[in-house]
This record gives sequence, structure tokens and C-alpha cells, in this order.
Amino acid sequence: MTQVKMTVNGKSVSGEVEGRTLLSTFIRDTLGLTGTHVGCDTAQCGACTLHVNGKSVKSCNMFALEADGADVATIEGMADADGTLNTIQQAFQDHHGLQCGFCTPGMVMTAAALLKENPSPSEAEIRAYLSGNLCRCTGYHNIVKAIMAASGQDVGQIAAE
Amino acid sequence: MYAFDLERPTTLADAQAALKSDEAQPLSGGQTLIPTLKQRLAMPEKLVSLTAIAELQGITKEGDTLTIGGATCHADVAADGSYPALSALAGQIGDPHVRNRGTIGGSLANNDPSACYPSAALASGAAIVTDRREIASDDFFTGMFETALDEGEIVTSVRFPIPERAAYVKFDQPASRFALVGVFVAKTADGVRVAVTGASEGGVFRWAEAEAALSSDFSPAAIEGLTVPSDDMIGDIHGTKDYRAHLVGVITKRAVAAAG
Repeated sequence: MTQVKMTVNGKSVSGEVEGRTLLSTFIRDTLGLTGTHVGCDTAQCGACTLHVNGKSVKSCNMFALEADGADVATIEGMADADGTLNTIQQAFQDHHGLQCGFCTPGMVMTAAALLKENPSPSEAEIRAYLSGNLCRCTGYHNIVKAIMAASGQDVGQIAAE
Repeated sequence: MYAFDLERPTTLADAQAALKSDEAQPLSGGQTLIPTLKQRLAMPEKLVSLTAIAELQGITKEGDTLTIGGATCHADVAADGSYPALSALAGQIGDPHVRNRGTIGGSLANNDPSACYPSAALASGAAIVTDRREIASDDFFTGMFETALDEGEIVTSVRFPIPERAAYVKFDQPASRFALVGVFVAKTADGVRVAVTGASEGGVFRWAEAEAALSSDFSPAAIEGLTVPSDDMIGDIHGTKDYRAHLVGVITKRAVAAAG
């Protein structure tokens, strides 16, 4: 077992991990932050997406040891301390950007990474950026709408599909 | 997942020392290796992470040569732009999250027959620099998932001569986002090189007939009617051997057109 230390949602945390411990396992089981979902565990679905040093990664496809010393952000850090949703989360609620909600943490973290890189993405850019995130309810249309709305753009142009 | 040791050295020398044992394997971005470990298709006793080693990171341009550290992630290459066709290729690998972790050295060392980077290295005539030697791309790729690398040998950087004109066109398999067929064309003063990925059972290959035709006339029309034999093509649920052989011609023409 090896000791790892990292900052998660602004707080210093540490714990013992094995070589094989995935970052998703450390976040969920050791820290109890179960908002990060593990869907496929094969790096295809993106439900486990979180940010490491400001970059979005699939946490089931990275070892916890590799995040030693890193600054990690998870879905639990998105809302304000009093529970007020942030802009992206509020847009997902307003535009019904979730059905069962399982993929939502990964979708919100991916949207946050996209809007940091590209504050006014086109519909095509949003869809391309979501290529690593699967919604098995196939609710992509409203997810795209929500991200478009969170960027402050008009969502009326998005064709109903 | 089965138990193994994971070391995370911060210098190349420490990584080399950690890789001395027989059952140790380098771990770069892990975007292919970690799923492979989960399926127990690879079971090393020890993994040596290369991503905390500063000397394996970064991109430098000197004259017409672009040198990329072995542990540089795809997103950094995509954002660089000094070799536009290479950056465009890096920006099409996998998805945004994979591009933030996956590395050029890891991709070349794995030599997946459908990976994008091997075509860029081979068409550009890049040099693969390791901790022991320098390997020309023509000698590096030796077959599906096979390279000239020895056990524990580390790709420290990849040196690309930037061509006069180049383009990569990928016909992607939309579920995996790997290339069903991908073609990289590069035109230099010495001629044209065409490297094809995704198509062959033998992994990435140069298409000699197309190179000869394009070296005298760099236009899509120059390769009209040229075909690759379908015998060695990959045939699977996504496409037959004949379909892939046909795509090689189509995608090569598109790449030449894109390179202008």
C-alpha cells in the first residue's frame, strides 16, 4: 500500500492505495464521493469523467497513484456550498438534460471542460466533444440544448430530432 | 483487477532502473493498457509509470523538425499546430478525455493496427528516439502490435521532419473512434510518402504504387485506378477485406486533395 495525497474539490485528502487502485475507486470508496459514477469500467461510457489538474479524464482509466499531488475536481464540487446549482447544472435541469441521470455527472464535467476551452461552442462542436460520453437513455438532444444554454447561446436553433 | 506494483519515477534514469526486472512494463497514458489489464490480456508484475517524468514531456520546433516527448498527450499535440496535419490527426484520436491522457510514445509502442499515430510517423519518415537508440520509422513497425522495441525500452521522443504538404484523412469506426481506414500523405522535396492504417493485418504500411504515382503528379487523379490487394486486409464485422481495400484508394485520394 502507498500513501497518496491530492486536493479534491479544494480540500486536501490522503489515503492508502494499491498499485491497481483506480482513481474512480479511490474517489468513490475511500473518499465516499459517489457522485462520480462507474458505468462501463472500460473507458467507453464517460460516466466517471472528472478533472485532474483542470483536464477531463475518465477516472476508471487512470490509477489513483498517478493523481498523487494533483488537483482533482468532481461533480460534488460543482454546486455552491449551500446547494445552489452552478450554471451548467441549472441548465441541465431547465432543459431536461437528464432522464435516468446515471450519465449526468460525466456529462456535466465534460460540459465544464468544453466551456472552459470553448465558451461559445456550436451544436456540432458540442456533439463532437461529447463523443466519449454515452447516455443509454439516448437523451443527447436535451443535453446538447442544456450545454448550449449554459454557454449563454440561443437554443432555439437546435433542430428537434 | 489482479494485483501488481506500480512505480511512478520522476527521472528517466529511475524509470530505467525500475524496468530492469523481467516482469516490468512501462505505463504511459494507459488508455489502451489499463483496459487490457482489466481483461487480463496483459499481466505484468510491475508497471512503471512514465507520466511524471518531465524530460519525456513537451514539444519543440527547430527549423523544420518537430520533436515531441514520448509522454506528451494527444491534446497537447493537437493544440500545438506547428505541423498542422499532425495536430489535426492528434485532435481526432479517441475522445477529449482519452486525448488528455493518451501519449504519442504509448501509441507508437503499442502499434495498434487501427491507431492513427503510426501512419503519421511512417508517412513523415519520423525517427523514434528511445533511451537506447534511434529507430527510423521504416524499421520501427514490424507487424500488428509489434515494433522493433526491446523489452523495457522507452520511447523518449519522436522527431518529425515537417513536410512541404501533408494531410491525414480518417474514415472512422464511430463506436471505437479508431480508423476503419486512415491515410497520411506527406510531400517533401524527396518525393511523396503514403502510409495506411486500419486496413492491413500487418498493421500500418506504405503504399508504394501510390507514392510513385504521386511523386510525379501530386493530384487525386494520379492514383485513379490504383488498387491495393485485398488478401492482407483486415476483414471483420465493420468491413470486409474488399471494402477496406476499396477504402484505401478512396481515402488516399481525399488525403491528397486535403493536402492541396
